[in-house]
Amino acid sequence: MSFIEVRQISKTFKLAKKKSGLKEAFKSFFKREYKYIEAVSDISFSIEKGEIIGYIGPNGAGKSTTIKILSGILNPDRGECIIDGMTPWKDRKKFVKKIGVVFGQRSQLWWDIPTEDTFLLLKDIYDITDDDYQRNKKDLIERLNLEDIINIPVRQLSLGQRMRCEIAASLLHNPEILFLDEPTIGLDAVSKQLVRDFIKRLNKEKQTTIILTSHDTSDITALAKRIILIGKGKVLYDGNLRVLKSKYDTEKNISIKTKEKLVIKSKGIKTKKKTREGYDLVIDTNEISISELLNKISKKITIEDIDIENNSIDNLIVKLYEDYKI
Amino acid sequence: MKAYLTYFKLKFITGLQYRAAALAGISTQFFFGFVYIMVYFAFYKSGSGTLPMDMSSLTSYIWLNQAFYALITHFYKDNEIYNMIKTGNISYELIRPKNIFYMWYFKILGQRYSNVLLRSIPIIVVTILLPEPYNLSLPISFNAFILSIISLIIGSLLIIALSTLYPIITLLTMNEKGVVNIFVVIADLLSGIIVPIPFFPPILRKISIFLPFQYISDLPFRIYVGNINIHDGLIGLGIQFIWLFIIILIGYKLMNYNLKRVVVQGG
Repeated sequence: MSFIEVRQISKTFKLAKKKSGLKEAFKSFFKREYKYIEAVSDISFSIEKGEIIGYIGPNGAGKSTTIKILSGILNPDRGECIIDGMTPWKDRKKFVKKIGVVFGQRSQLWWDIPTEDTFLLLKDIYDITDDDYQRNKKDLIERLNLEDIINIPVRQLSLGQRMRCEIAASLLHNPEILFLDEPTIGLDAVSKQLVRDFIKRLNKEKQTTIILTSHDTSDITALAKRIILIGKGKVLYDGNLRVLKSKYDTEKNISIKTKEKLVIKSKGIKTKKKTREGYDLVIDTNEISISELLNKISKKITIEDIDIENNSIDNLIVKLYEDYKI
Repeated sequence: MKAYLTYFKLKFITGLQYRAAALAGISTQFFFGFVYIMVYFAFYKSGSGTLPMDMSSLTSYIWLNQAFYALITHFYKDNEIYNMIKTGNISYELIRPKNIFYMWYFKILGQRYSNVLLRSIPIIVVTILLPEPYNLSLPISFNAFILSIISLIIGSLLIIALSTLYPIITLLTMNEKGVVNIFVVIADLLSGIIVPIPFFPPILRKISIFLPFQYISDLPFRIYVGNINIHDGLIGLGIQFIWLFIIILIGYKLMNYNLKRVVVQGG
């Protein structure tokens, strides 16, 4: 049995329907109409210890609902979930000791007091021993670069600084599983990189299992080998990111800088466009490999500069969404 | 247990930072104290029929009410907890390996104690020094003094148990206004904070015997001024304990019940 085993989890939310307008408002005073939304339906997957999973899907797909169920905050209507031998929502107190959660849009730090005071509180909440606490704190301060900000009241921190502190706070008790619900939301490039490197190292050194949701696809590419794609509450794809890429991500844009005239015809070249400095080509890598193409070109002209652009994973996901009609 | 005490400590220390709020509170309390006393003076001078408390006891009762108002009123909100419910930060409370009822209980305890520490001492000192008949008199006896302190401490634990119920109810109603506010006003009235309980009409007095509210502040303050004797005070202390146990049990169960139904909305 896997470390995390999720079987046919479903959760339906009941929403009060409210139409706009005075008349409708008056009506709903006497008779409420409800609408039922299946946030997740029959979700199943299993995760091994030490994996990093990219959990992706469009807005409202059920990502956060799944995270909430897995972290024991939400009771599903149906289904089973066993994590390290425990059911999150049944063995809540015992279970949550093993997990760390970062909800990118929420805060666990106390607004009025410095981060370090919140750390002390967490030390008592999770019954962390003095030695472990000191070691972990030192480690986290070093790696997340918190030295200068840990003693400032949280309300005075910038978003990026606060997020680094949030992540540190979620890891003080050495959790075996880390849920990251949009951990890089609103961060600048440098902070993002810092956070990513940190997560990678954490996974490597401590074998922490990491489940990551993000709308920033570069987070996913940088961290996760395996992705689970969900849409409308269903698992659409579960597997290797590279396999998915090779299936969908076959187009590449190549810009060539040259002063000479290029005449080339080959299968696999989808478009060729003359630009001010040279040519822009779009090729299909299933039909012609890049080296093959470059070989052909360089025989004919001298290439001054070349730029190969990966079709971004964003486009890939858009394609995926289209394919699955979500 | 240590974690809960840390919650208490953190809230207590944070609460002590708000000195301006305390100052504003103190002046409000003085204002209300004087208004109440003036009203009762007029009332006593017109003197119709027998009155259940003599004027000097009543003045002390009013000042004690004002001095400990931050501790004993139901009309108090721990905004942090309500905000947590509204914004969804409660997610983080739910992933702590501790009991959430006690977490909230000790948070409110810390907040209330820090509030009352800042407000009560200046009010007590000043009102003891006021000229008669406007002053807070010394306790009726040493025994009554000790008993009233014990009773006030238990009463404060009781009001905090009640205060913890309101956010628990809010978990389902999503908004602390409405039901909770109505309840809070009635509870304040029945606690004797607005009108002392001996002045209640007989029917209301009978009803409030079966409610927990008069065991919050009315009991200790009436023991202090001698309106309730030591013997009855000790019985009252027993009833206080029973109510404390009942309310905590209700809160604890209701929290567990609500947590199964709570849905943290949004991303």
